[in-house]
Amino acid sequence: MMQAQAKLNVPAGRDRLTPALGILTLVLMLAGLYIGLSSPPDVNQGTLVRLLFIHVPAAWLSYLAYGGTGLFGLLYLITRQRRFDRLSLSSAEMGLMFTVATIIVGMLWAKPTWGAYWVWEPRLTTTALSLVIYGGYLLVRSLIEEPERRARVAAVIGVVGTLYVPVNYMAVEWWRGIHQTQTLKLLGNIGFAASPAYGIALLVMTLAFTVLYFYLLRVRGKIALMQELREEREFGMDLPTAQASQQDGVQRG
Amino acid sequence: MHNALTIALKDWRLAGRTRDTLLSTAFFAGLLLLVLGIGLGSGLGAEAVQLRPAAAGAVWSALALAAAVAAGRAFASEQEAGALEALTLYPGAHGGLYLGKLLGTLVQMLLLSILVVPLGLLFFGALGAGVAVPWLPLVLTVLLGVLGLSASSTFYAAITVNLRAREALLPALAFPVLIPVVLASVQATRLLLLGGWSAEVGTWLGFLAIFDLSVIVISTLLFPFVLEN
Repeated sequence: MMQAQAKLNVPAGRDRLTPALGILTLVLMLAGLYIGLSSPPDVNQGTLVRLLFIHVPAAWLSYLAYGGTGLFGLLYLITRQRRFDRLSLSSAEMGLMFTVATIIVGMLWAKPTWGAYWVWEPRLTTTALSLVIYGGYLLVRSLIEEPERRARVAAVIGVVGTLYVPVNYMAVEWWRGIHQTQTLKLLGNIGFAASPAYGIALLVMTLAFTVLYFYLLRVRGKIALMQELREEREFGMDLPTAQASQQDGVQRG
Repeated sequence: MHNALTIALKDWRLAGRTRDTLLSTAFFAGLLLLVLGIGLGSGLGAEAVQLRPAAAGAVWSALALAAAVAAGRAFASEQEAGALEALTLYPGAHGGLYLGKLLGTLVQMLLLSILVVPLGLLFFGALGAGVAVPWLPLVLTVLLGVLGLSASSTFYAAITVNLRAREALLPALAFPVLIPVVLASVQATRLLLLGGWSAEVGTWLGFLAIFDLSVIVISTLLFPFVLEN
């Protein structure tokens, strides 16, 4: 058991950081919601503009998560520490979840402003594609049973998948579609293309979602660790020697 | 690089003898062009004008799907003969193995596109309809596009070769990554067919070149991790 724990990098000691991150997320979210809901309605879009405070941070979180999948995958390939594989898996799942959230909120926003829930527009299409890329990542994971090989193959797919992130981010620039260009420009001149009143709410919410990412990453990582420990245990039970030693333990206990 | 050439030569010789990849991809691409041609219109009178922009989409759909078929075969012969492990045991960097396989697939894909591109343009009224075709930039587009298609599908073929359900998984994994290549190639081809060379075509080709380069560099670097067993 100790050996398995060493191989899986089981952290020692009590974890105070995770609950702290959770509380910080909650506080920031409440603050963001308060500022967002008390900001004045937009001239053109009225109260609909408040969707911005969920839509953009959710999209940001999904990029962060996809970046994390690639980064942790790369770290796994370099260090071969299983905790990076678990973090990579957690990131990919979160990326998928928040992409779905982004798309749903975006659809709710698109119906009143563009007149349709969905259009085949570059940014939307590339966003939907990320579901396929990271869905494939999770699909391959489910097909390989041997943990080391699963971690290695998944890491490779995760790293290559990262190529998609700049394509999606720049999709609004390259293919002039109906989707507006980036609200927060990161390349060239950094700029913010909305009223400063919304800027603060957006900033707080983005910060909240960023902390949320790290909070969920740790929670999901822990669950993944428990799953792996269970798998190791079940695997150990199948072996006769392990079975014998376990029975010894029971008798002695 | 020497290893890469040796492997590519071996693959070309094999392809020349059996012609299974070439025949199956050509058959597949031809079928796709036929179905799209029937689906999209007759190409007579007013419909011909509407059909012409579709030529780019049809040609590139055929090439993208053919690339998945071709790359699926790239590692299959070694896998079937149990020679993949022996191949990885040869001295030299594993990246060379990827480049060799890529070259092997690329040449077959280029041969296929020599057949598919003119035929596709002919079927969809972009060739021989009294409109000049800018051949030189078109050839460049095809080169860059086919390189991108081969580079990522060969890489994913190596990942999926040892998996259950590899035939089903290869397109599912490779296509999302291929999409930028397909989009850029379709746009460049469409613009070339509609109005000849322009700065916009240049931007698309630039994007293609950068994307191809990054896929090849990343794949070569990651390839050793794919092959480890």
